[in-house]
Amino acid sequence: MSESSIPLPGGLPGTTRQDARSGALGSVVELLHEWVVTVDHKQIGILYILYSLVMFVVGGIEVLLIRLQLAGPMKHVVSAEVYNRLFTMHGTTMIFFVAMPIFVGFGNYLVPLMLGVRDMAFPRLNAFSLWLTVFGGLLLNYSFIGGTGLQGAGTAPDVGWFAYAPLTERAFSRGHSTDFWALALIVSGFGSLGAAINFITTAFSLRCKGMKLFRMPLFVWLMVVSSVLVILAVSPLTAAQFMLVIDRYLGGHFFDTQAGGSAMIWLHFFWIFGHPEVYVLIMPAFGIASEVIPVFSRKAIFGYPAMVAASSCIGFVSLSVWAHHMFTVGMSAPSNAFFTLSTMLVGIPTGIKIFNWLATLWGGKISFSTAMSFSLAFLFQFLIAGLTGIMLAVAPFNWQLHNSYFVVAHFHYVIVGAIVFMIFAGFYYWYPKVTGRMLDEKLGKLHFWLFFLGFHLTFDVMHVPGILGMPRQIYTYEADRGWGTLNLLVTIGSFIQALAVIIFVANLVISYFRGKAAGPDPWDAWTLEWTTASPPPAYNFAVEPVVSSARPLWDLKHPQDPD
Amino acid sequence: MLRNRFFAMALAGLDSQTSIFSPQSGPARSIKAVSLLTLGVTSVIFVVVASLLLYAIVRFRRRPNDDGSEPPQVFGSTQIELSWTIIPVLIVTVLFLTTTRVIFEIQDAAKPKSAIDVTVVGHQFWWEVRYPGFHVTTANELHVPVSTAAAPTPTFMKLTSADVIHSFWVPQLAGKTDLIPNRINELWMNPEATGIYKGQCAQFCGTEHALMLLRVYVQTPEEFAAWIRQQQMLAAVPASDAAQQGRREFETQACINCHTVNGTVANGRFGPDLTHLMSRDTLASGAAANTPENLARWIDDPDMYKHGSLMPAMHLTKTQVDQITAYLVTLK
Repeated sequence: MSESSIPLPGGLPGTTRQDARSGALGSVVELLHEWVVTVDHKQIGILYILYSLVMFVVGGIEVLLIRLQLAGPMKHVVSAEVYNRLFTMHGTTMIFFVAMPIFVGFGNYLVPLMLGVRDMAFPRLNAFSLWLTVFGGLLLNYSFIGGTGLQGAGTAPDVGWFAYAPLTERAFSRGHSTDFWALALIVSGFGSLGAAINFITTAFSLRCKGMKLFRMPLFVWLMVVSSVLVILAVSPLTAAQFMLVIDRYLGGHFFDTQAGGSAMIWLHFFWIFGHPEVYVLIMPAFGIASEVIPVFSRKAIFGYPAMVAASSCIGFVSLSVWAHHMFTVGMSAPSNAFFTLSTMLVGIPTGIKIFNWLATLWGGKISFSTAMSFSLAFLFQFLIAGLTGIMLAVAPFNWQLHNSYFVVAHFHYVIVGAIVFMIFAGFYYWYPKVTGRMLDEKLGKLHFWLFFLGFHLTFDVMHVPGILGMPRQIYTYEADRGWGTLNLLVTIGSFIQALAVIIFVANLVISYFRGKAAGPDPWDAWTLEWTTASPPPAYNFAVEPVVSSARPLWDLKHPQDPD
Repeated sequence: MLRNRFFAMALAGLDSQTSIFSPQSGPARSIKAVSLLTLGVTSVIFVVVASLLLYAIVRFRRRPNDDGSEPPQVFGSTQIELSWTIIPVLIVTVLFLTTTRVIFEIQDAAKPKSAIDVTVVGHQFWWEVRYPGFHVTTANELHVPVSTAAAPTPTFMKLTSADVIHSFWVPQLAGKTDLIPNRINELWMNPEATGIYKGQCAQFCGTEHALMLLRVYVQTPEEFAAWIRQQQMLAAVPASDAAQQGRREFETQACINCHTVNGTVANGRFGPDLTHLMSRDTLASGAAANTPENLARWIDDPDMYKHGSLMPAMHLTKTQVDQITAYLVTLK
């Protein structure tokens, strides 16, 4: 304890942003200029998050149209073509331009603060990655007006977010919409790789004094695991996109089955990306859970080394499970058995994580803040998502469930029930740090309960039509199949979720102006970001902190009982 | 009242003719068995873990009279962590071994001599069905004989595609298998009861993926044999004037570039074989009932039933449409 020193929060005179702007707020142009050219990890983090929120609304509107179309059999809200574009854009937007960048945003803001340093390892690479990601999303959405050239109606890509070849070849996908899709993902893929390199380098070479690897907050560990997976998984996706563009423009035949190409190669390339991608997204969500749950249980995380080991293990195993997305492509029986086993193995380290969170709650004093409510709901929902994952790992069960609404329900349980819930938890937990003001807890609770209700109405019910034989990505269905009522319930649930999101956005805006002042450490937490002012000054820490455990603030607050 | 109605509807829904839990064929039955086992195991895990979580949340909530002190800090326990590693390992082992048995049972099933061979070729957005042993070609409606333990006549299918990836899925008969260009996949089923089984394409394949519907007609061996004999006949020669006119129109328009009518000059392979068109119940891969009125409308403007169908509207006059319809309805 004696060797650690935590500086008191507060700025040095003449160094805050307001001071730099010579007292006045500065003109809009000045402000804009500052944000566009910034290399500060906190500003870049905020930009990532704001950008993701805008895309979240775009993807959300797309899915509401989808749900209106499916609310009953043989409806004509949108045409078949428009529907196909909508689900392609919804999936691509939510994965690549919401979930990925929002965690890069959280990571950017928090990793240097948690490590007690002043910025990321490569600040300019950081800014470059941000603008590549932003450009990728704009490029994708520009296809709405430019997909077939500016003559005639625009057309967004309509090949599904996993865009199976040879449907993406020129013979079957004319115009430029598929090119927009491929190029957008190439561009944003480079952005993701840049961000991943930055996180890994920062964590391994830029920690404050005393911050050994096994004293890093778990959130940082999980950003590292996620980043390693990004490097391993996004590279093959980018390679595949290049091959696709070569096929479409340079006469290549990688996936061109009419000229001897292989449809199978795309499947392998896509899913060797696609499955680790799930873990790229869930790791930071685990990270947030591992910060929020201990603080609101008032207990240290249970089994810290086991948590790090389990996460790395999940990451490693996740690289060998990709073909469980391909049980129906006619693999041999031994291959199907192998991927059944490797997929089930993921359940073991995942189980360890759930039990460790449970053990963290055990014997604690749990308070139900909004951040904690989202985290507790996450535990149940992630448990269910994991168990339906086991069902899908059973190859024969998968032969029935694959590409049905059961799968759609399963992965939304992961992506919404686990990941989006933890994103919301992260907002309620760190918003005070970022803005200096608390998010309103009353609106927060309303947001939580509405979203919780809407989520369960939508995605619990959605499993059933899959069991009743409803395939995904169909724009309509016959009345006699018995899917109508169920789909109506799903649609109602999706609008309840939309209402909850509106309340959330309102809360973000209202609290920014009217929220209670937060102070440096509103949650009585233990990691380094809570030692500095809210919002932190540009240099983060006036004096570089020195730590002697994984919970430096605990040591400071309990000098008689340090970790 | 409303609740009762809701449950009645929910139950009716669960009894759906495409439910994976009402199997009518061997593979679907094996899948159901292993699925129920998996559901059972995962349900037990859910109940145990969710109860523990719920208990912890309620039991260890902060009380109103809390003194504000921090609870004892526990950092881990090797014994406990080992135990919750070993139990999942055991569960995974059991599930994996059971699953593997079913995988091999279904995938490596021996093909008896009495099996019926069928080739299914996926097209945007319809199914070409061929019976190589009988020299019969049809579309969208697959006829197979019922298979009994005493006289097993399972159907062994070879699946491939003429364009993009499709997926053959009739939930009550077997799990789905993809139809992939440049590749031949296999799928078998031994339906236990006669009837019509519905399914549809389960891999997004383009604009009209949703209306790439599929029907399997399971018939008694006698009915099946009669159906095969009927399908093997050459096309009927039209008798009426209108029908003869229609045949001339059909054969001088672009129709014959894509469609085959056995015994005539029409030998296109791009669209469905029309030799026995009127023996089928549906048009456009299940998008409409096969009635003369629907057929005329379909010829006039395919987009009306199936927006994005690759059959073009030929801009025929009403007389031409009527004549061609008159011809086609003779193709029994």
